[in-house]
Amino acid sequence: MNIDKDLVAAMATPLVLAILVEDTSYGYAILRRVRELSAGDVEWTDGMLYPLLHRLERLGYIGAEWGVSPEGRRRRYYEITETGRAQLLEQRRQWATANRTLGGLWGQTASPAGS
Amino acid sequence: MTADLVESRIGDWRAAVLRGGAVADSDADELEGHLREQIADLEAVGLAGDEAFLVAVKRLGEVHQITAEFAREHGDRLWKQLALPHPDHGRLRPILTMLAFAALTAVLIQVARMLTAIPGASEAWLVRDVSLFVLPVLAAYFAAVRRMPWRRALVLVAVVGALALAVNLFPFADGASTDVLVAIHLPVALWFVVGAAYVGGDIRASARRMDFIRFTGEWAIYYTLIALGGGVLLGLTIAVLTPIAPGSVEEVLTWVLPSGAAGAVVVAAWLVEAKKSVVENLAPVLTAIFTPLFAVMLLGSAVVYGIVGIGQEFDRDLLFVFDLLLLVVLGLVVYGISARGSARGAGAMDAVRLVAVVAAIALDVLVLASMFERVGEFGFTANRVAALGLNLVLLVNLTVTAWLTVSLLTGKGQAVRVERWQTGYLPVFAAWIALVVLGLPPTFGFA
Repeated sequence: MNIDKDLVAAMATPLVLAILVEDTSYGYAILRRVRELSAGDVEWTDGMLYPLLHRLERLGYIGAEWGVSPEGRRRRYYEITETGRAQLLEQRRQWATANRTLGGLWGQTASPAGS
Repeated sequence: MTADLVESRIGDWRAAVLRGGAVADSDADELEGHLREQIADLEAVGLAGDEAFLVAVKRLGEVHQITAEFAREHGDRLWKQLALPHPDHGRLRPILTMLAFAALTAVLIQVARMLTAIPGASEAWLVRDVSLFVLPVLAAYFAAVRRMPWRRALVLVAVVGALALAVNLFPFADGASTDVLVAIHLPVALWFVVGAAYVGGDIRASARRMDFIRFTGEWAIYYTLIALGGGVLLGLTIAVLTPIAPGSVEEVLTWVLPSGAAGAVVVAAWLVEAKKSVVENLAPVLTAIFTPLFAVMLLGSAVVYGIVGIGQEFDRDLLFVFDLLLLVVLGLVVYGISARGSARGAGAMDAVRLVAVVAAIALDVLVLASMFERVGEFGFTANRVAALGLNLVLLVNLTVTAWLTVSLLTGKGQAVRVERWQTGYLPVFAAWIALVVLGLPPTFGFA
């Protein structure tokens, strides 16, 4: 099942922030995690992640720092900030509302987060 | 073997991402890191290097989509910042130096204006000498900024002194055409002095001469822009002052206009230098737009002249128009090649340029031939010698340029030879200008 592009775009910010809440990470690993979590259903053009990361950095939700991978490659690591955490909470509330609304119509239980 | 191939493909891909300027170098590093990691992972599951590259590139997405997305996030990068550099630590000095020289020429021009008010002095003197109060200051500014050695600077001082003395000691007749010729050519002669100062006295190096040619084009554009702004400022000032103090309008015009115009010469030069790396050069852009248009115009004119022939009523003094035409074509050539990568081979633009040059030469030869046919009635006045001489100087330049462009297009020559030819030809122009300023007036009895 492929998820609609607009929906993927809407999910992008909370998804990235939620992954960064788990741990500091870098672009390639974030995308790997997205694939893992969605079992490949969320199709993301890899290159589009980076402009998004830069946007989140500009908004102050995440911080970035150049580091070195264990193999000695230069890598940019991203870390969530306090503003980012607050933003994630806010987004989570909105998604829960969306979930609950649709769930009410379709007779499904909303995700645990929605309760 | 494949590893090399993949490396070169990654290099190509990186270059494609960087093109357009929306993706910064560090962003490209990040994307390239991603690409390499993806390739490594794909190779680990058994794909060959080039297959892994293809898949990884596909996953990253179309290059133009990525760059468009970066452009959306970093729109400012596409607009190279025109804002002036912040005048903080250490930055203030260059600006103060520039302002000091701009103020100097602004004051000098007022002094010159007041000298004409002395009884017995004529306005014509100022028209001829006005460049002597401006361009040497610009040359001095560059000599100071470039920390030119004293010995070289003294040579320039001597040249300016000799020019100033000569043109002022010449006993020009009233309304002499040689006087007008000197007034036209003296600024150009002084501009070569500015050029010598601009390159820090290093006048032999072809690359430095090319820099000066580029500087000249950009300076002209900046000066025009400043003049436009100044015109708006003056116009509004006059419009605001007229109702309350109509008498002050003339004061504004006599004080602000000449000083502003003179000071702007230095300010524009400083701007070109300060913005050299920040702003895309404009002269080559304008050249790219106008080269094809001029090529069409010249080709059409040459064909019409060739068919119709030059009638008896052809005005011999029209030669100045053709001088101007050849100058414009030369400008198109010079600024066309100033922006091309010398390593690149021939392109369509070179062909268009060749068409323009050849058509201009054909047109000019037609005009010259008709003139020499009637050589008997061609009296050698100072004006005609000046026009004809410049015409020949330009014709030689363009003919060789056309020849070099042909060998470039046929793959026998390199682009750098066209550039070398142009920079090498600068002394010829300088010599011709010097001849007009210093040689023609005595030859024609200062008439």
